[in-house]
Amino acid sequence: MGEKLLMKGNEVIAEAALRAGCRCYFGYPITPQTEIAHYLAKKMPQVGGTFIQAESEIAAINMVYGAAGAGARVMTSSSSPGISLKQEGISYISGAELPAVIVNIVRCGPGLGGILPAQCDYFQAVKGGGHGDYKMVVLAPSSVQELYELTVEAFNIADRYRILTMIMGDGILGQMMETVEFRDEEEIIKVDKDWATTGTEMKRDHNTITSIYINPEVLEKHNQKLQAKYRKIEENEVRVETFNCDGADIIVAAYGTVARIIKNVIKMAEKEGIKVGLIRPITLWPFPVAAFEKYSEVPKAFLSVELNAGQMVEDVRLAVNGKRPVYFHGRMGGMLPTQKEILDKIKEIVKGD
Amino acid sequence: MAVVFKRPHALRDVPMHYCPGCTHGIIHRLIAEVLDELDIEGKTIGVSPVGCTYNNYEYFNCDMQQAAHGRAPAVATGIKRVHPDKVVFTYQGDGDLAAIGTAEIVHAATRGEKITTIFVNNAIYGMTSGQMAPTTLINQVTTTTPYGRKPELHGYPIRVCELLSTLDGAVFVERVSMHDIKNIMNAKKAIKKAFQVQIAGKGFSIVEVLSTCPTNWGKSPDEALKWLKDNMIPMYPLGNFKGKDLEV
Repeated sequence: MGEKLLMKGNEVIAEAALRAGCRCYFGYPITPQTEIAHYLAKKMPQVGGTFIQAESEIAAINMVYGAAGAGARVMTSSSSPGISLKQEGISYISGAELPAVIVNIVRCGPGLGGILPAQCDYFQAVKGGGHGDYKMVVLAPSSVQELYELTVEAFNIADRYRILTMIMGDGILGQMMETVEFRDEEEIIKVDKDWATTGTEMKRDHNTITSIYINPEVLEKHNQKLQAKYRKIEENEVRVETFNCDGADIIVAAYGTVARIIKNVIKMAEKEGIKVGLIRPITLWPFPVAAFEKYSEVPKAFLSVELNAGQMVEDVRLAVNGKRPVYFHGRMGGMLPTQKEILDKIKEIVKGD
Repeated sequence: MAVVFKRPHALRDVPMHYCPGCTHGIIHRLIAEVLDELDIEGKTIGVSPVGCTYNNYEYFNCDMQQAAHGRAPAVATGIKRVHPDKVVFTYQGDGDLAAIGTAEIVHAATRGEKITTIFVNNAIYGMTSGQMAPTTLINQVTTTTPYGRKPELHGYPIRVCELLSTLDGAVFVERVSMHDIKNIMNAKKAIKKAFQVQIAGKGFSIVEVLSTCPTNWGKSPDEALKWLKDNMIPMYPLGNFKGKDLEV
């Protein structure tokens, strides 16, 4: 590893994008992620890249479409209400199979909601907030170091599969400062973007980027091709951390910031004689189903802890498939669960039978 | 034998899907002739809109991207910023550009994006079957103004060239018409100049092309041309609004 720095999460995302070879950024200001734009506004001109503050989130995501279709590594970032505006573009990019990276530093909703951390966009990200049968790869870092590593990886995944890849964090991750250790050189996969619109130079047939297929037979085939790609991603790209699960009485499912709280709860529970495991999905899609299957005979139960009204818990239930009860504990509106309240919930479940 | 007329190279040899009497085909041909004459087909990337010309990427030999409704100027911005040495154009109708995509066109022009927009104004939504467009004339009957467009209910037609020519980033703005041969020849000159302005790196260029929609106007092709001349031109005066004397 190389340089070690103390940096803010949002700035690390921006720096990671530059290191991953991203030279195009299009965005619109919204709290709590705007430092990404500040950083890139300063840095992009220094590396010959493009930074545009677009007139809207809608314009920004469509600039991403154009740049990705033209063969560039490109990123946009926003926070929840802005991501809602981008859904049209997200669907088109997915339909046209363009590789790009989108960052959502989630804040609480619905509506304008508030600017504090939340995980209330889980459904929107993994179930498809836009129209049509599509998927995005959704990466959920839980530290600033992971923000860096997963942002670089997001560009590789995007290029490898011609897919939109989302970094989903929250206001805590975006705003917090932690040490981050950068590699001297990034592993950037090289793919031949021979489909991109770069100008024919009169040497090949024209390339076209589109998401419209009027003929239903052709459109069904296109959808089948997309689904086959998604199955391949489910096979190859699942990322998950399992912690303290072997021999655990109860397993907590949590991602991002919440998973950090759970690690402290695990220590507290141990003192009270309860062994708590943690399954931390790092890819929210593809969801780490196998990790849940592996531990589906945990003696007591599963507990999903989230900053929402209960969203990932549905995927946990699907993965556990009725073998054990699956409980939920969540806070909303920018409130965080205390370690004690989670521990109390665990004790209530463990003693409940 | 001397060839006096042939398909421009930039136009693909495929049948077009447009209705009889529609002028999109002519406008496509003019663009293709300009790409040929300026020898830029190989370095041009076009952007197709949503509307009747949603699939005109199949009609041009240059690289093309298809954009969401109204978003073509944003998509073109993305392309041009990645390939500043290439020629990028959008092809948009009146609903696409002047209703749902108003923000995108205004801000692409504001930024002075070095792209060219061909804006086809036929005062109606064609593909979705004849609804009121932002450019529909007062008293014009459409499927959503069955009693005619009334200012007190539906507001007034929008004059895009006049609006955009107030923006410093828009350096070439001209309105032309398809209603007769002389005007079609003028239209080609304007389209050519608009591309040359882009190539010279001057800024944003747009040509508004007054066009017909015989199907949704409920007129024969001949009647439609006459209706355009008699009704649209008084509302949308032809001519150059900006950049006539730009050196290219």
